[in-house]
Amino acid sequence: MSPTVGPVSRDFNPYSDNGGTILAIAGEDFAVVAGDTRQSEGYNIQTRYAPKVFRLTDKAVLAVNGFAADGNMFVKKVKQRLEWYRHAHGKDMQLRAIARMIQTMLYAKRFFPYYVYNILGGIEEDGSGAVYSFDPVGSYEREACRAAGAAQSLVQPFLDNQIYFKNQTPAIDAPFPRHLPLSHVLSIVTDSFTSATERHIEVGDGLEIYIILAKGKTLSGLGLDGVKGLSEVTSTVDDSDGSASEGESLAEGERIFVLRRELKKD
Amino acid sequence: MDHFPTNWGRPRNEAVDLYNTYPLHLRPDNGTYGRPKDSFEEGVQRTRQPIVTGTSVLAIKFKDGVIVAADNLASYGSLARFKDIQRLHAVGTHTVIGAGGDMSDFQHIQHDLDSLIISEFSEGDGHALGPAEIYEYLSQVMYARRSKMNPLWNSILVGGWKDGKSFLGYVDLIGTTYSASTLATGYGAYIAQPLLRKAVEGRENELTEEEAVKIVEESLKVLFYRDARSLNKYQIAIVNEKGVSISDSRIAPTEWSFAEGIRGYGAQTQ
Repeated sequence: MSPTVGPVSRDFNPYSDNGGTILAIAGEDFAVVAGDTRQSEGYNIQTRYAPKVFRLTDKAVLAVNGFAADGNMFVKKVKQRLEWYRHAHGKDMQLRAIARMIQTMLYAKRFFPYYVYNILGGIEEDGSGAVYSFDPVGSYEREACRAAGAAQSLVQPFLDNQIYFKNQTPAIDAPFPRHLPLSHVLSIVTDSFTSATERHIEVGDGLEIYIILAKGKTLSGLGLDGVKGLSEVTSTVDDSDGSASEGESLAEGERIFVLRRELKKD
Repeated sequence: MDHFPTNWGRPRNEAVDLYNTYPLHLRPDNGTYGRPKDSFEEGVQRTRQPIVTGTSVLAIKFKDGVIVAADNLASYGSLARFKDIQRLHAVGTHTVIGAGGDMSDFQHIQHDLDSLIISEFSEGDGHALGPAEIYEYLSQVMYARRSKMNPLWNSILVGGWKDGKSFLGYVDLIGTTYSASTLATGYGAYIAQPLLRKAVEGRENELTEEEAVKIVEESLKVLFYRDARSLNKYQIAIVNEKGVSISDSRIAPTEWSFAEGIRGYGAQTQ
């Protein structure tokens, strides 16, 4: 028998924290997934534009936050698995199946984890908006909203108050709504990020908000006509000029839009 | 002595069993958690810390190209050991890389990329690797090595030009990647990056080559005054439509007469 190797001390640390914050909110027939675009290490801003939110299918968007190298590798592997699924089955994987797949992929590396917090947003088979949140080793649950990353502790309490109406008492004859309208959700998202940018040094530079609409829904139907900086990224639409051309879309199923906003750069 | 030939680094594949030691999964040292897969594992060394090191690398985009710069020093701790080391390396026709960190790891990367370029050339399929492909390859190598806890101890900038578009990317020993119009590694990230951003951000499509060279040379000079592991002898690589050109070593004139008047620095005794 060859001798077994004892513990070896190493000063090499394979992880880093690249800051930033992500956030997702589910509506009745839409989901919103957002993230800032700053990538940092310690007090250094590495770049002002490194996306953390990725379109997976026409009904699923994934936000990754934590160690950027792990995040990019993880997204790459999730996209690869979804492509294999598409080749095998001739359709896109459902949202709840993607969520379970992500848990399996994260847990597969339980003893050398991907140091990333994932938030998956999209449209469920029944047409409802959904958000799934994960921890780095794969624990997950479906929720109505979730913030993660550097400013989670600043944003999540705000969402608890504004989405779940925690610590609020309804006026008589005016119960809290079960679902918020898209325009209202978007203003909560932008306010969350401008506030986080003010108070957290690792948040800022740019904001990318992905909006996933259920089948048959339109932006104008949701009161979002002519908003600046909005472009459609649904796979069946090749809108290369970047402007959202409502009504001209060829998409029959779910649709995805990106809304880009500047954040303070200091 | 390990008496199991398949443990000597031979294929551990059930289809290839040169020494007829099947069933492989019953072999004492294979597949058992915590045991070495390789009986010579104890003799294998990894980069635990950089030894002969290079310091910062700087890079910026300008109107019709990119510029990457690094000095010629390879330090051995605080000793300025080698003063004529080239830390910039052309890969293919339109890409250049510049590295800080362990210089032997960097030279290994140079060999690796050179073989890659040769094998791609040998395909003769009319395709060539551009900066984006080389950057992706390098990033995957760096991330794979960190995941084996056996990193290549470098911070690398990749600069390039293809199809009328400039390319700049960063990758380091843990596989972190990012792109920006100004990049700086090591000490340069603290000292030069603010200067570069102030001079370049928002002007990427206006800066001429001469202006870009001036900005980088000025930043290198500031680094030389403040970074004790740097040298005022450096090279500049420019990548544009015409390809890569790495300059000969240049020496920056420096001024130290002010030191005389600084208390604790010059000749004063009290």
